[in-house]
Amino acid sequence: MHVNLTDEEIAFQTEVREFFNSRYPQEVLRKQDDHEKLGKEDFVAGQQALCERGWAGINWPVEYGGTGWTSTQKHIFFNEMAAANAPGIIPFGLGMVGPVIYTFGSKGQKERFLPDILASRIWWCQGYSEPGSGSDLASLKCKAERSGNEYVVNGTKTWTTLAQYADWIFCLVRTSSDVARRQEGISFLLIDMKTPGVTVRPIITLDGEHEVNEVHFEDVRVPAENLVGEEGKGWTYGKFLLTHERTGIAMVAQSKQRLTSLKNELAESPPSATLDDFKRKIAIVEIDLLALEYTELRTLAAIATGGAPGPESSILKIKGTEIQQAIDTLFLEWAGYYAFPFVPTEFETGFEGERVGGHWAAASAPRYFNNRKATIYGGSNEIQKNIIAKAVLGL
Amino acid sequence: MDFSLSEEQSLLQESIEKFVQNDYDFETRQRLVSSDLGFSPDYWRLFAELGWTAIPFSEEDGGYGGTPIELMVIMEQFGRALVVEPYLATIVLAGGILARAATAEQRHTYLPGIIEGTSQAAFAFAEPKARFDLAEVTTTAKRVGGSYVLNGHKAVVFNGPAANLLLVSARTSGASGDEEGVSLFLLDAGSSGVERRNYSTIDGQRASDIQLKNVSVGADCLLGEESAALPAIRAALDMASLAVCAEAVGIMEMLYKKTIDYTKSRVQFGVPIGSFQALQHRMVDMFMLYEQSKSLLYMAAMQMETEGEAATKALSALKYHIGTSGRKLGQEAVQLHGGMGVTNELDVAHYFKRLTMIDTLFGNADYHLTRFIDP
Repeated sequence: MHVNLTDEEIAFQTEVREFFNSRYPQEVLRKQDDHEKLGKEDFVAGQQALCERGWAGINWPVEYGGTGWTSTQKHIFFNEMAAANAPGIIPFGLGMVGPVIYTFGSKGQKERFLPDILASRIWWCQGYSEPGSGSDLASLKCKAERSGNEYVVNGTKTWTTLAQYADWIFCLVRTSSDVARRQEGISFLLIDMKTPGVTVRPIITLDGEHEVNEVHFEDVRVPAENLVGEEGKGWTYGKFLLTHERTGIAMVAQSKQRLTSLKNELAESPPSATLDDFKRKIAIVEIDLLALEYTELRTLAAIATGGAPGPESSILKIKGTEIQQAIDTLFLEWAGYYAFPFVPTEFETGFEGERVGGHWAAASAPRYFNNRKATIYGGSNEIQKNIIAKAVLGL
Repeated sequence: MDFSLSEEQSLLQESIEKFVQNDYDFETRQRLVSSDLGFSPDYWRLFAELGWTAIPFSEEDGGYGGTPIELMVIMEQFGRALVVEPYLATIVLAGGILARAATAEQRHTYLPGIIEGTSQAAFAFAEPKARFDLAEVTTTAKRVGGSYVLNGHKAVVFNGPAANLLLVSARTSGASGDEEGVSLFLLDAGSSGVERRNYSTIDGQRASDIQLKNVSVGADCLLGEESAALPAIRAALDMASLAVCAEAVGIMEMLYKKTIDYTKSRVQFGVPIGSFQALQHRMVDMFMLYEQSKSLLYMAAMQMETEGEAATKALSALKYHIGTSGRKLGQEAVQLHGGMGVTNELDVAHYFKRLTMIDTLFGNADYHLTRFIDP
C-alpha cells in the first residue's frame, strides 16, 4: 500500500502544470482569479485548448480519442486543473452524452457526434428532470411517439442547465407506457435545439442568475436515427452515465483549491482570538476533505484493478457536496458585513473601478446561496443515501 | 410565571397581522424590493399613523414607552412577511442611539420627525476592517474650533440610501480597539463631504458604503458626552439584535410550516414525500429549532427589560442560537423543497436569504458565543 508518485507520474504532473501555465487560455484563468463571470466562449475556449492537447476525453477509450490515462494520472490532472483555478469541464457533452454514444450508439451516431463533442464544437444539455419527475425520474412523462421514420416529442423538461447555450439536448423520453416497469418504457433521444417546437424558458435562481431552464417540446419531430440504442433501454443508458462519471462529482481538487485561497485571505489578518477560532473551523473542514480525497483514491484504485464504480461512489457525491457547501459557508462568514452587498454588475467583464467590499466578499453570499443546489442536483443526497442503503448496506 | 401577551400587545400583534394579510403579500414585497426606493413611503406613513413607529420610545420622547416585548411582537410579524420598510434601521437602531445618547434637546429636535415618519435615519457604525468589534473605529472626528471634522469609511450602512439623518460613530481620542474614545455624531446625509455608494443587499434591503471626507459639523452635532459613546452603542445594537432575532423567529415559523405544506403536496414514487420517515424526522428537527429559538427569544426579551450583564448574556445566548438554528432550519427548508427551493420565484429562497444574513448582523454566532462566555 502506498501513495507515492513514481518518477513518470511526477514528470506528468509537471507537464500538466506547464500546460495550464501556457497553452490553456490565460484570459479565462484571469477571469476566474478575478471572480469575473464566465461566458459561453470562455468554457468553449478552455475545452478546445484541452482538445488540441489531446486531453478532452479524459475518461474516454483511446479508440474514441481518449487520453488512456491511469487513475493516478487522472487524479493528478484534476488536481492541477483545480490548482490553476481553471473552470470545470462542462459535463453534458464530454462526460455524459459522449460516453453514452460511444458505448451504445450506432456507427453513424459515433461518426456524426463524437468529434464535435470532443472538440466542444457542439454544446449539449441534459433533458432529464420534469416538473413532476425530480427524485422519481422514472415517472417521467415527456412522450416520444413513433410516426413513420420520426418521433414526435411532447412534454416539458426542467432544471436544464445552460440550455440557453445549447445546440443539442439528450433526453430521456417515454416511448411506451405499456410496460411492467416504468423504466422499460424510457428511451434515449438526441434532439437538435433548433428543431421547430423547442422552446427554452429561463428559470432564475435565488442569486439572480440564469443557469437553468425549462425546455418545452410541442410536436417536435425528431429523426428516428437520433434514438440511441434500443427503445426501452434509455433508463439503462442513463444509469450507466450516472455511475460513469464519478471522478468529477466530488470536486475534491476544487475544494482543496478553495481552502487554500481562503487560508491566503487569512494570512493578511493580524493575529486575534477570532482568527484562531476561524482557523479551527477551517481545519475541521480540511480534515473532512482529506478523508474524502482518500475515499476517492480508494474508489479510483478499485476501478483500476478492474472493478466498476459501484454504489459506494454515492459517498463521493454526498460528502463532496456537503464539503463544498461548508467551504461556501466559511467564505460567507469571513466576508463579514461585506457579504451583504448584492452587486452582480461589479463581477461582469468590463466593470472598471473597485468592487464594494473588495475583491471577492460580495461574491460570497450569492455563491453560498446558489450552491445550495449541489445537495439537490445530480441525484439528491437523500436519493444517494437510499442507493447506499439498498445497494451497499443491503437494507 | 406568565408567557402570555398583554391585551395591548395582542392587539398590536393582530393589527400587524391584518396589515400583512391585506396589503403585504409576497408579490407586493418583491415589487417593493425592486422599486427605486426599495420600500413603500406610503406604508411608512401608515406605520406612523398606526403608532408603530412611536412604540419603542419613551413617553417623554413622544413614544408609547414600549418594552422589548412590544419590539419582539412587531419584528416577529414583520419577519413573517419579510417586510422591507426600514423599521430596524430608522426606529430601532438610529432611534435607539438617539434615545440613549442624545441630550433632551437633541431628542426633541430629531425624534418627532422619526416618529412622525417624515425622517429617515441610518446609523453608520461598521467599518471595512473591523468585523464585529465595535471598539475598532478608525473613522476620526477632530475638534477644530467650534466644529468637528470627520474623516473615514463606514461600511454597509443599512438604510443609508434613503436616510436624511446619519448617525456616525467616530474616534475623538484613543486608538482603534480602545473602549474609551468613541463619540457619536448626528449629521445631515447631504452634508458636504459625505459620499454615499448605494446598493441593494442579497436579502432585499438597501445599504450604503459611506465615505466621510473632511465633513465639518457643529459641536451641537455631538450626541452626549465626547469619547464615551461605546456603552450606548453596545446597548442600542443589543436591542437591534433582539429585534432581528424576533424577525428570524417569524421567518423560521413560516419556513418550517411551508416545508410541511410542500412535502404533504409533493408526490413522488406515488406518495407525498412528507410520508417518508427520514424527512419527517428532519421536519421535526426544524420544528424543535423553531420552538427552542422562540423560547430563548422570550427569555431574552424579558431579561432585556433591565440593562446589565444578565441582559448582555441573554442576548448573546439568543443571537448565537438564532444564528446556528436559522442557518440549519433555512438550509433544510430549501433542501426539502428540492429544486424549487433555489428558484427566485418561490418565497422560500427569500425567507432563507434573510434568515441566513441575520446571523451576520451585529455579531454572528461565533462572536456571540465568545461574548456569552465572557459578557
